[in-house]
Amino acid sequence: MAWDRNQMAARAGQELQDGWYVNLGIGIPTLVSNYIPEGVEVTLQSENGMLGMGPFPYEGEEDPDLINAGKQTITELPQTAYFDSAQSFAMIRGGKIAMAILGAMEVAENGDLANWMIPGKLVKGMGGAMDLVAGVGRVVVVMDHTNKHGDSKLLKECTLPLTGKGVVDRIITNLGVLDVVEGGLKIVELADGVSEDELRAATAANIVS
Amino acid sequence: MKKVYSNAADALDGLLFDGMFIAAGGFGLCGIPELLLDAIKDAGTKDLTFASNNAGVDDFGIGILLQTKQVKKMISSYVGENAEFMRQYLSGELELEFNPQGTLAERMRAGGAGIPGFFTKTGVGTVIAEGKMEKQFPTGENGAMEDYIMEEGMFADLSIVKAWKADETGNLIFRKTARNFNAPAATCGKICIAEVEEIVPTGSLDPDAIHLPGIYVHRIIQGDHEKRIEQRTTRTREEA
Repeated sequence: MAWDRNQMAARAGQELQDGWYVNLGIGIPTLVSNYIPEGVEVTLQSENGMLGMGPFPYEGEEDPDLINAGKQTITELPQTAYFDSAQSFAMIRGGKIAMAILGAMEVAENGDLANWMIPGKLVKGMGGAMDLVAGVGRVVVVMDHTNKHGDSKLLKECTLPLTGKGVVDRIITNLGVLDVVEGGLKIVELADGVSEDELRAATAANIVS
Repeated sequence: MKKVYSNAADALDGLLFDGMFIAAGGFGLCGIPELLLDAIKDAGTKDLTFASNNAGVDDFGIGILLQTKQVKKMISSYVGENAEFMRQYLSGELELEFNPQGTLAERMRAGGAGIPGFFTKTGVGTVIAEGKMEKQFPTGENGAMEDYIMEEGMFADLSIVKAWKADETGNLIFRKTARNFNAPAATCGKICIAEVEEIVPTGSLDPDAIHLPGIYVHRIIQGDHEKRIEQRTTRTREEA
């Protein structure tokens, strides 16, 4: 037993606070928009120049001028505002976005994050990820605890090129929730049916009690 | 001074030269100056350096200039959607400089604002910081020093952008997320050409609603845009 993608997204939804402006990355983080808790109003930022991102359009109502950062067609909301890319990243760099929820390839126990390139493989680019992790108030990573070979993605040191140094605050995996603290990672919560021993065994990073 | 030109080739007349540096607006295929890119392809100008967030797809956007091998170098944040791009890059025919997306936007904005360099936290401790000047500022909690790197403003030979509406003096209004890089890109070139869906008589736009003042825009063309959608995502009515 462990959390599936939707349960991880739902757990990440619990991180959201009323009134926050939030940026959600591609993949599981996008699913978090389905799990915004009752009574919590958050405004989603899309870094290509929009605050107040709405759901996908109905068929036939797609607008080529209205896309999200994943280049998918979306819709606007009553509170939506549009702006250019320089202003979009001004609000990101300026610390106005309370939280970014992102996927990752590796996270180190000191909060280093790697999620943009694998040397020797096709490099597509960092997009806005480096700006987001450097600028937003809080960075939450949502990812599987281990890679497809079963190796821990929570490491003592990242092996891949970094997206940001010491930028991650909290990690939500299929096995539980961990915080980056002085000296390593601290277990905040275990996923349903996962024991502390199981989580520790699946983690290469130092876990502090 | 007349800013309205009859078509893209006409607007580019006298501005293109081999080895030039062009800043282009657009995000993915949204809000790209598709008519001007077509006309640059027809003009056959070579060894171009493009600052553009993305490189289009194989048969649309900057992708069409990759097919004809007119591009020497791309400065971009994300180039994932283009097979020909990857082929040329991996074979060493094409230079690629990755800029974080916000750094790219700010480099354009800064260039247009006469700022040759600025400091940012983005990329500190990563490969992006290699070879760049580092400096600390007391921006942390209780004045704690934090690391920054210097990035340079961008000064292009030519800016090509896409807007929704222009008046005859070049005041521009963009539409929804098609604004993206168009506003900062427009400001950082010596000359800016804007292609728009509609040119309206001067005086018919609300002066309070202008997104980019005409001072930044030297030439304007109106044309039919394909406005291709890269990823069509929808929901069904039943879900509503």
